[in-house]
Amino acid sequence: MPDIVDRSVHDGRLALKVVDLNAWYGESHVLHGMSFDIREGEVVTLLGRNGAGKSTTMRSIMGMLPTRKGSIIFNGKEMISMPSHHIAREGIGYVPEERGIFSSLNVQENLELPPVLKKGGLSTQEVYVLFPALLERRNSQGTKLSGGEQQMLAIARILRTGVKFLLLDEPTEGLAPVIVQQIGGIIHTLKERGYTILLVEQNFRFASTVADRHYVVEDGKIVDRIMNADIASSTEKLRGYLGV
Amino acid sequence: MKRTDINTAGGSPAQGPGRFNSSTILYLVLLALALVAPAVLYPIFLVKVLCVALFALAFNLLIGYGGLLSFGHAMFFGGASYITGHAMLVWGWPTELGILVGVVFSTLLGVVAGLIAIRRQGIYFAMVTLALAQMVYFIFLQMPFTGGEDGIQNVPRRAVFGFIDIANDTTLYYVVLTIFVFGFLFIYRTIHSPFGQVLKAIRENEDRATSLGYHTTRFKLLAFVLSAGLAGLAGATKVVVFQIATLTDVTWQMSGEVVLMTLVGGLGTVFGPVVGAAIIITMQDYLATFGEWVLVIQGVTFVIMVSLFRRGVVGEIAALINRVR
Repeated sequence: MPDIVDRSVHDGRLALKVVDLNAWYGESHVLHGMSFDIREGEVVTLLGRNGAGKSTTMRSIMGMLPTRKGSIIFNGKEMISMPSHHIAREGIGYVPEERGIFSSLNVQENLELPPVLKKGGLSTQEVYVLFPALLERRNSQGTKLSGGEQQMLAIARILRTGVKFLLLDEPTEGLAPVIVQQIGGIIHTLKERGYTILLVEQNFRFASTVADRHYVVEDGKIVDRIMNADIASSTEKLRGYLGV
Repeated sequence: MKRTDINTAGGSPAQGPGRFNSSTILYLVLLALALVAPAVLYPIFLVKVLCVALFALAFNLLIGYGGLLSFGHAMFFGGASYITGHAMLVWGWPTELGILVGVVFSTLLGVVAGLIAIRRQGIYFAMVTLALAQMVYFIFLQMPFTGGEDGIQNVPRRAVFGFIDIANDTTLYYVVLTIFVFGFLFIYRTIHSPFGQVLKAIRENEDRATSLGYHTTRFKLLAFVLSAGLAGLAGATKVVVFQIATLTDVTWQMSGEVVLMTLVGGLGTVFGPVVGAAIIITMQDYLATFGEWVLVIQGVTFVIMVSLFRRGVVGEIAALINRVR
């Protein structure tokens, strides 16, 4: 791996810097020295096939894996030995692949469940302006939502907390094209508002519509980096990586 | 917006203000029935139901909303009854202080037991609570002040606050009903507070609650302590009513019975434990002539409930109403 500081389109401060991250599920070693970084205001994707270690990287950043080694520096603070709930409180909003909507709570209750961590979060009203579909459904039980609505709710409730750094794990997975477009629109809006987003994706066409940079993940480490501007010329290479 | 779900934790759909009114009316009707009940039913039977129902409500707070199956709740129920009994009989304390000291004891015991048990989950949590309860049982069996096999007998029924004479069974009933309503409202508020929402979230997906930034252990411990304190309130009230604290109240069978009642009535429903307690106590009292066969009847009921009506009486009724809507 060459040096990890990218020729970035942003000159912003480093938001997250991951160096030589190793992680294990029990005995099995799943991350083999992940290194990457994100500057404030960037949207960066981790691309890769199923099982490459993308979601594991996110879970590992959140401290949800039993064992991890290396260095995860967020806003200048080392987090490698922090417990999970402190990591969230440092200001990282994690939206997991399975979305994690609580089925015994309704939309409004799900929205208001996460603790407000920092100033500058959206109020419930502002969230509904951004996600009008949720306003209509606000008394519906978490289980009764469509996949798209669940995804919107999962993102929406993080925005109330006031964190500015989001981990979105495959937000478009299994969703209809029109919903994927809406999610893309939301990511653009968030980027305009200064959010920093790390995105896990398998769909690089979608990724190329929202991201500034891409990291390609294979076997638990970064094997390539592609600027979004170069994505057209790298299509063949990406096809090879992703096997599509 | 006012939170309005009343009946189930598990899945009631859209609720508007109308729903809130109808359940308020339901509760007022139930309260009215409770107020006239002693005219029809034997007060001491009703009082017993109320005490045990409060115990089941406390237990349900922990398992129904926190997802933690305690198999040692008798230590709080029985423990408080010993302490209250001793305070009133030997130290001559007034009723209200006697109950208070019982509650304080069970709350503190809840802190200690909770700190030990809360770090484990599922069956391990149940086993740790059972083991702790067995230790508490042994201590109460051996300590001289508990009277061993005899228990503490002839606990006086002193006038509450010095002027409410509870020697009269009907008055006693209203005093206990007041305590019960207080406990019920306390639990109701807890479940519907933000704390209760977080608790439900933890029950459903603890990892997710943690990654949202909640220190889930602290929430579970608080739920455990509240549950222990309320179970103690039930036990302390019971000793005032029956004037006796015995080993039965701290045995593991008592811990099992409260699980049974909660499951029969409806786990995680607000009113389920009350219905469950009423059913089980009615069986024990009215079928007492069958002797040991009551246990068999209880067992069969339990098996039928668990295999055919898993949501319990109240849970099934709530599901039925939702389907009709």
